[in-house]
Amino acid sequence: MALDIARYKRRRLRSSITIGLCWAASGLGLTILGVILATLLYKGVAGLNPKVFLEMTPPPGSDGGLLNAIAGSLVMTIIGVFVGTPIGILAGTYLAEYGRYSKVSSVIRFINDILLSAPSIVTGLFIYELLVRPMGHFSAIAGAAALAVLVIPTVVRTTENMLLLVPNTLREASSALGLPQSLVIRHVAYKAARAGMITGVLLAIARVSGETAPLLFTALNNQFWSSDLNAPMASLPVVIFQYALSPYEDWQRLAWTGALLITAAVLTLSIAARWLGSSRSPQ
Amino acid sequence: MNVLAGVLPQPSPPAAARRSVLEGLRKTDILFRQLTLSSAYLVLIILGAIFVSLFLGGFDAFKTFGFGFLTTEVWNPVTNQYGALAPIYGTVVTSAIAMLVAVPISIGIAVFLTELCPMALRRPIGIAIELLAGVPSIIYGIWGLFFFAPFVQQYVQPGLISAFKYVPILNQVFAGPPYGIGILTSALILAMMVLPFVTAVCRDVFDTVPPVLKEAAYGLGWTTREVVRNVVIPYTRVGIIGGVMLGLGRALGETMAVTFVIGNAHRISASILAPGTTISATIANEFTEAVGDLYTSSLIALGLILFFITFVVLALARLMLMRIDKKAGA
Repeated sequence: MALDIARYKRRRLRSSITIGLCWAASGLGLTILGVILATLLYKGVAGLNPKVFLEMTPPPGSDGGLLNAIAGSLVMTIIGVFVGTPIGILAGTYLAEYGRYSKVSSVIRFINDILLSAPSIVTGLFIYELLVRPMGHFSAIAGAAALAVLVIPTVVRTTENMLLLVPNTLREASSALGLPQSLVIRHVAYKAARAGMITGVLLAIARVSGETAPLLFTALNNQFWSSDLNAPMASLPVVIFQYALSPYEDWQRLAWTGALLITAAVLTLSIAARWLGSSRSPQ
Repeated sequence: MNVLAGVLPQPSPPAAARRSVLEGLRKTDILFRQLTLSSAYLVLIILGAIFVSLFLGGFDAFKTFGFGFLTTEVWNPVTNQYGALAPIYGTVVTSAIAMLVAVPISIGIAVFLTELCPMALRRPIGIAIELLAGVPSIIYGIWGLFFFAPFVQQYVQPGLISAFKYVPILNQVFAGPPYGIGILTSALILAMMVLPFVTAVCRDVFDTVPPVLKEAAYGLGWTTREVVRNVVIPYTRVGIIGGVMLGLGRALGETMAVTFVIGNAHRISASILAPGTTISATIANEFTEAVGDLYTSSLIALGLILFFITFVVLALARLMLMRIDKKAGA
């Protein structure tokens, strides 16, 4: 049987082309990440000085910083995470511990996964209808509520996944000692899954701290310092949005600096979460 | 005397005391269970509440314009005339182009990560691609407006316009002055944003292919390309489609990045180089400035349409991914 050399060569060639394209695709993906980060550093570092952290957002044409925006972002993110995390952890606990195989759980799991990737601007509209319209004005509370709605699905997902990794023998051993189920969950399962659950919370923080759309018409924006939760509050993403689209050069420079800060924070959080998750998750 | 109470061996407590301790434990047990159950139900309630509140908020618009809301292109705050066709068109077209660009690249990266990449590089490259997913969408927006749009304007659009100048139909699609911003630029930014999501799903489902199948194929003398085409992709087809739908769901609802670069023009142009708008960009741009109940209501109605579309797409995605999960578990 004669070997069909030509045909074999053709197959090899086509395979090499495919392999080459796969390499190119990966190169392209990495290049995009590289170019985005390089642009951010190049444009953002230029405006980075102590004033950014010490002064309020300026009117056009004058100097200023991002202090009120940074503070506003921190306040709303912290409230949002503090409200959303316990709810998410409890719901995830139900899915993993009490109702692991029940019909209701699979429906909730399904809906939760949809909420996880649902458009965040819709969350903004929802909170607008729920809180802003009845209250009659925009407020930091509404902004924090919108963020909390985004935190819940992320935390539910990771909590459930992490609790499912906890070996059943641990639960059985504690039950055999006579521990009631709620204590088994809180003192044994939570302890075993702690690193993974913290990872989930960190990822949720990373996700909401960069969110702009849900804050646009809940917390609105505020050019001045405000510690009143019942009043509009500035946030870093919304300020970036407003300043980047403005025609003023000093505003645009501040927008780039803000963008650099927020990206640095978000990427640090997600790398930290990944590191924590990979090194200490239950096996 | 009381100090020693906890240290000295105690006589076993009387039956009544034990019963009350057990009773207390039983109560906290029930309470904790109810607490987790109600939190779980809250997820369902949130979904229902979103639908109901958007429906009530958009009711005015649906009542005024009826079914015509979906099929009218006019969007005129001065005459109080609103139609959702242009934003819906923009949303669908930008997402479709984005998927056309992103899916082949994502599959390429996933193949690279599972089949070709040296083991030592697999994790770092995987993480780098995932970081792309972590970059907030506002960053894509500002980068798109100041870096990518000028790039497209200078190098991509003039090339497309002159390349298809004499090709019928296509010269309509790639027509007009190169603005930089517009449908195509938005679609390309969206492609970059969904790339990591689709890649992650594809990589995970490629990992479910039993090594035996691949080894058998290689053993028969197949090339890498043939193994990927004839073993890996057919085995994971449902999962890939699920991942694509997941990416599509993201692309449809993406707001900030698109708002920066789409141009916000309420019209439907034949050319994909022209400015347009999407549902989310319209809401983000106009909501706080909307005067009049009907205007606000129309925007909320747009939100409901968007939520409905993404809900259906994401639900289909999940159903498909559940099927591949079952396959992997079996």
